[in-house]
Order: sequence, then C-alpha cells, then structure tokens
Amino acid sequence: MTDPLLSVQNLQKHFPITKGLLKRQVGAVKAVDGVSFDVVKGETIGLVGESGCGKTTTGRLITRLIEPTGGKIVFEGHDITHASQGRMRPLRRDVQMIFQDPYSSLNPRHTVGAIVGAPFRIQGIKTEQGTKKAVQEILELVGLNPEHYNRYPHEFSGGQRQRIGIARTLALKPKLIIADEPVSALDVSIQAQVVNLLEDLQNELDLTYVVIAHDLSVVRHISDRVAVMYLGKIVELADRKSLYESPMHPYTNALLSAVPIPDPKRRKERERIRLQGDVPSPLNPPPACRFHTRCWKAQEICSQVEPPLLALATGHQVACHFPENAPAPGAVSTTGEGLVTADGGPAAGDGTAAE
Amino acid sequence: MTAPLDVPATPTDPAPVPTVAGVSATAIQGRSLGQIAWMRLKRDKIAIAGGLVVIFLILVAVFAPLIVGLFGHDPIQFNSDLIDSSTMAPKDGTGISAEHLFGVEPVNGRDIFSRIVYGARISLLIAFLATLLSVVIGTLLGVTAAYFGGLVDSIISKTMDVFLAFPILVFAMALAGIIPDDAFGLTGDTLRVALLVFVIGFFNWPYIGRIIRGQTLSLREREFVDAARSLGARGSYVIFREILPNLVAPILIYATLLIPTNVVFEASLSFLGVGVRPPTPTWGGMLSDAVRFYTMPYFMLFPGMAIFITVLAFNLFGDGLRDALDPKAR
Ligand SMILES: Nc1ncnc2c1ncn2[C@@H]1O[C@H](COP(=O)(O)OP(=O)(O)O)[C@@H](O)[C@H]1O
Ligand code: SF4
Ligand SMILES: [Mg+2]
Repeated sequence: MTDPLLSVQNLQKHFPITKGLLKRQVGAVKAVDGVSFDVVKGETIGLVGESGCGKTTTGRLITRLIEPTGGKIVFEGHDITHASQGRMRPLRRDVQMIFQDPYSSLNPRHTVGAIVGAPFRIQGIKTEQGTKKAVQEILELVGLNPEHYNRYPHEFSGGQRQRIGIARTLALKPKLIIADEPVSALDVSIQAQVVNLLEDLQNELDLTYVVIAHDLSVVRHISDRVAVMYLGKIVELADRKSLYESPMHPYTNALLSAVPIPDPKRRKERERIRLQGDVPSPLNPPPACRFHTRCWKAQEICSQVEPPLLALATGHQVACHFPENAPAPGAVSTTGEGLVTADGGPAAGDGTAAE
Repeated sequence: MTAPLDVPATPTDPAPVPTVAGVSATAIQGRSLGQIAWMRLKRDKIAIAGGLVVIFLILVAVFAPLIVGLFGHDPIQFNSDLIDSSTMAPKDGTGISAEHLFGVEPVNGRDIFSRIVYGARISLLIAFLATLLSVVIGTLLGVTAAYFGGLVDSIISKTMDVFLAFPILVFAMALAGIIPDDAFGLTGDTLRVALLVFVIGFFNWPYIGRIIRGQTLSLREREFVDAARSLGARGSYVIFREILPNLVAPILIYATLLIPTNVVFEASLSFLGVGVRPPTPTWGGMLSDAVRFYTMPYFMLFPGMAIFITVLAFNLFGDGLRDALDPKAR
C-alpha cells in the first residue's frame, strides 16, 4: 500500500477553561479526543457529525491553525504536529482550507483581486504573467467573471462568495483541501453547483479532499469514504457504499434516517430514528461509549467499557459493542461484501415468522 | 440520491450586476464600502452642514494671519483710544463697528474678532494633535491587547482602567505649575501647546483603546483571519492588512467625536489658567477674562459661541459619519 498523503493519529484538542485573574484551569472542552484516519492521495473523505462534535477543530488542527493537545499529524511523511509557524509556511501551500461562512471568510475591505491574490503575496510567489493574470485565470476556473477583479465581496451572492473562497484556496495549487461545510451556509438551490464545482476541480487539478458536513446527505455524492464523528471521536469509518447501505453504528443509523429519501416506496420501509436528548457537553462527556446517553441499544457495558474502533468488515471500522448490520462472528469474509443482517446472530429468520 | 445534488450545474449563479454582452469593459470597477458610505453621508443634510462648518473652522484656523491681516488688527495690540478711561468699558458699550466686527475688549481695547480667529488656531491645533495622539496610542494598544490576548491583554486592559481613573485635571494643573517656562528644548507657546497635547492626548487614549480592542476581538474571530494565517501570514500582516482596514471606520468616527471633547478640555484648562499663557488668545482664556466683566456680556458671547459652534459642528458631523459608515451601530 502506498503511504497516505495525510495521516492523523489519535489527535486531541482540549481547550482549557480558565477562571479568574491568574487563569487557573478549571476544566477543558474535549473538542477532539483521539481521532485517527488516513487520507490517500486523490480520494475524498467525508467527515460528518452534528454541530459541535469537533469537525472544524479537526480541520483547524490539520491546517495547524491551532496547536494539538496530543496525537500526531503526518503530511507526506513529515510530522507537522508541532511544526513551528516558520516550518509550516512552505507546507501551507500544500494544505488549504475552504471555510464554512462565505460572509466571514472574505475581508470586506479587500477586492476580489486582493483576496485571491493574497496567497501569492503572503508566500512571496512571482508568477510569469503577473499576479493579476494568474488571479483572473483562477477566477475563470471557478466560474467567476475575471473582469470582477476589482469588485468587493459585498457585491456578490453567497454562492459566488464561496467560489471566491475556493479560488483563494486553489491559488497555490494545494495537494490537500479541507472543506469545512463548504455549502451549509448556501441556499439549497445553489449547493449542488458548488459541490459539483468541487468535484470538477478535483478531476482537473488532482486534488485530495477532506469534506466536512453536518449531515450525511451532502457528502454522499462526493465521498469515497465517510467518517462519522460524535463528541470528538470517530465512531464509524467506512467506504461510502458500506456506510450508506449497511451502517453499523447506531448513531450512523440515526443520522441516516434523517436523510430524506426521494423514493416514497423505500421511505416507508425505513422508520425515522429520533434521538432523545441533546448532545452532551464536550466539557464533561459521558464515560465509556459517549453515545450511551442517547442510544436505544445501550446496555450496562456501554457506560463502563469504551468500545474500540475495530474493523468489523473490510474497510469498515466501527466503535460499538452491539453494532447493527454486523457480519456474524467469523463471517468477516474474504470478500468483505455480502454482509449478513445479523442482529441476533445467524438465526435471522426466527423472529420474523409472524405472518 | 439526495435531491439537492441532482440539480444540473450551471457555471455560475447570476452575476451581481448584469453586464451587457459584447461590451468588454477592461476592468469593472466595484464600489467600495467607503464609496457607499459617502453616498449615504451625502443624503444626511445635518451631517453635511456640520461638515461644512468644520471645514470652515479649519480654514479660519489655517488662514488666521491672512484673515486678520485683511482687517489690520493685531490680536494682542491695545486700542486704548476706544476705551472710556473712567468705566474701562468701550466708549460705545461694545466697540462693535465695521472696523471691529465683534467689538473690543474692556480695559485694553484688543480686537475680539482677531482674537477669536487666532483662538481657533490654538483650539483646533491642540484638539487635533491630542486626538491624533490618543488615536495612535489607543489603536496600537487596543489592537495589540485583543490580537495577542492573554497576559498582554490583561496588562493593557488594567493600564486602561488606571488611566481612566486618573484625576487628569488635577494632574494638568500640577504639571502646569511645575514645568518652567523653558523645558524639553521648547519655550513659550510651543511648550504650552506641547504640554496640553500631551496631557489631553495621553490621558484620553483608553476611550479609543477600549473601542478598538472590542472591535479587534470580534474581527480576530472572523474566518478571513484564519484564511490569511492558513496561507502563512505573520502577525504583522494579519494586523496591518486584514484587521486595520476594518478599523478605519470606527477610528474616523471616534476621532471626530473626540475632537469636540478635546476642544472643551483645552478651553477648560485655559479657563483655569493652565493653558497657553496670555497674551496669546485662546477661547478658554477669553472666557476666563470675560467672567470678570460679567456686566458686559457681549465679551463672553463671542468665545462662548465659538466653542459652542465648534463642538456642535464636530458632533453633528461625527454622528452622521457613524450612521453612514456603520448603519447597524445605533
Ligand atoms: N477556541 C475554542 N475555545 C474553546 N472551545 C472551543 C473553541 N473552538 C471550538 N470549541 C468547542 O469545541 C467543540 C467543537 O467545536 P467545533 O470543532 O467548531 O465543532 P463543529 O465544527 O463540529 O461544529 C464545541 O463544543 C466548541 O464550543
Ligand atoms: S456501544 Fe452501546 S451505547 Fe455505544 S453505540 Fe454501541 S450499543 Fe450504543
Ligand atoms: Mg464547524
């Protein structure tokens, strides 16, 4: 197997909570608490979870906007976990971030030309035909009028602003792009355009994506693999197909049931799972399985022993004591396909003879 | 498949302003927020009136020697011939004439118009310079405190509290008493002006500093700061290129509103006799003289009106500027 482009190992970020004049630490928000995944060159990995589960923090850690509390970040074989700002500077060309809010991510006092040209200025890069020409080419690439070079962000719609933001991340021809909820602030009608743009750019420029989203519908279209996060941890990580067709973690099932199904016949088959209660505070997360306060399958062991993230099928990792759709013990087949619905083990036919 | 993603893609959502096909403008110039603010300001008649008066006052101050030269009355020249030597009042009560537009002072007969015109110089010069000093210190420390946070912020914020609690009037009076007529290589009016600028400007910076600190705290959280940092920008780039341009509006607004406060401050200090020394004309000093001649109210009227009009004009203009630059601020 080739080395991954990015490898995140047991990554942690605890934001200290301090009190008083002396800044005594009284607690910590465990925003990211032991996240591990690899990103292979050319793939798109979706990072999904409810708001507040630590997705943005993960992105800000990988781009080294903030300092990790623990764990390791390896990019192209370089350990950048605690790389100084000076050492990071040249690497920053390769790892870029698309921000969530197209209103806050563009400086209202700068023209489009200045915004998209900033990467060249900051990195001290001279282009052959001059920065202006380079910027205009990128604007064209993302579907904007290159003549809008001298305009200000407030003259553009949300979708166009997000394109300006995308243009800025593309300026330095990065290898890896972290897209933090790139369409969640946009009208539903233009979300598809921006998602399609990201896809086209990936093909054209050979990009690798980590796409963050708060529900499973947006990333379904573009992800090769999907990681589901809950309260600072990854609870399930699988190929797109297995994750959407045979989700194993109860939380993933709950998230999937919230995704609208266009086909009414199939919609009937599936019950909507409503999660009870709110997401617990990351300040004081539940012990062992963090989902046990809301899980309908929870048993005593769930609040006592933390379920490790295990590969239960080929390319399908899940952290749960009682996974759904799990292959029968020993049935972790060589093919990895043909997963048996095995709630009660192999005797699946038993209880269904009701008719 | 999820519904929203199956919409066929079109290259762009509609352009903000329809551009006529075929007409190839070499560069389409956008309207900056500053230009939009100017359009808003132009519609605010009261603010424009205030602004015109402000410009008029500045012109008067700048061209004071020319204006006074036109009438030919030096502001410190005595005109004893116009004074009734028994009552010490001007012979016709005020001395107002085509020669002396605002009349003459009791006792020594100095031309009040010339003194008001020259007074504008001292008044505005000190108010502007003191404001400039406050703005520079306040902006630098406010941005530094907010951007770096932590201990730096604690120290600067506490310093602001100390300055705001400082009895500045007492300090100014004490300072005026201690400083000799010749200090720091300066003498006479120059020394007094420098002292006043220092006292007024140095103790007023926390007002601006607090506002700038608050604004920077919120700007710092904006994603464009993260964007610059993720591109490898250093702290100085972020502060000067990303944050400061967004602070121009609040700086302009609060500087405009601080000027009239400083005009009053300077007048108060001169009134108390710790300002620029006689015979150099200042509005506060003239008011102080006029108090002794309260039976001749015309003497008090002109410096009083000058201060009043100046303060009002700057405030009206500043308020309009705030509405135009930041419509949400109210
Ligand atoms: N700078 C910070 N200081 C303290 N807490 C933070 C900070 N940034 C994020 N958090 C907390 O960390 C948790 C995860 O936040 P975030 O990564 O933004 O979640 P998401 O992007 O998944 O919505 C939240 O509880 C949030 O309040
Ligand atoms: S470990 Fe237990 S509580 Fe956690 S998800 Fe699985 S069944 Fe639910
Ligand atoms: Mg987020």
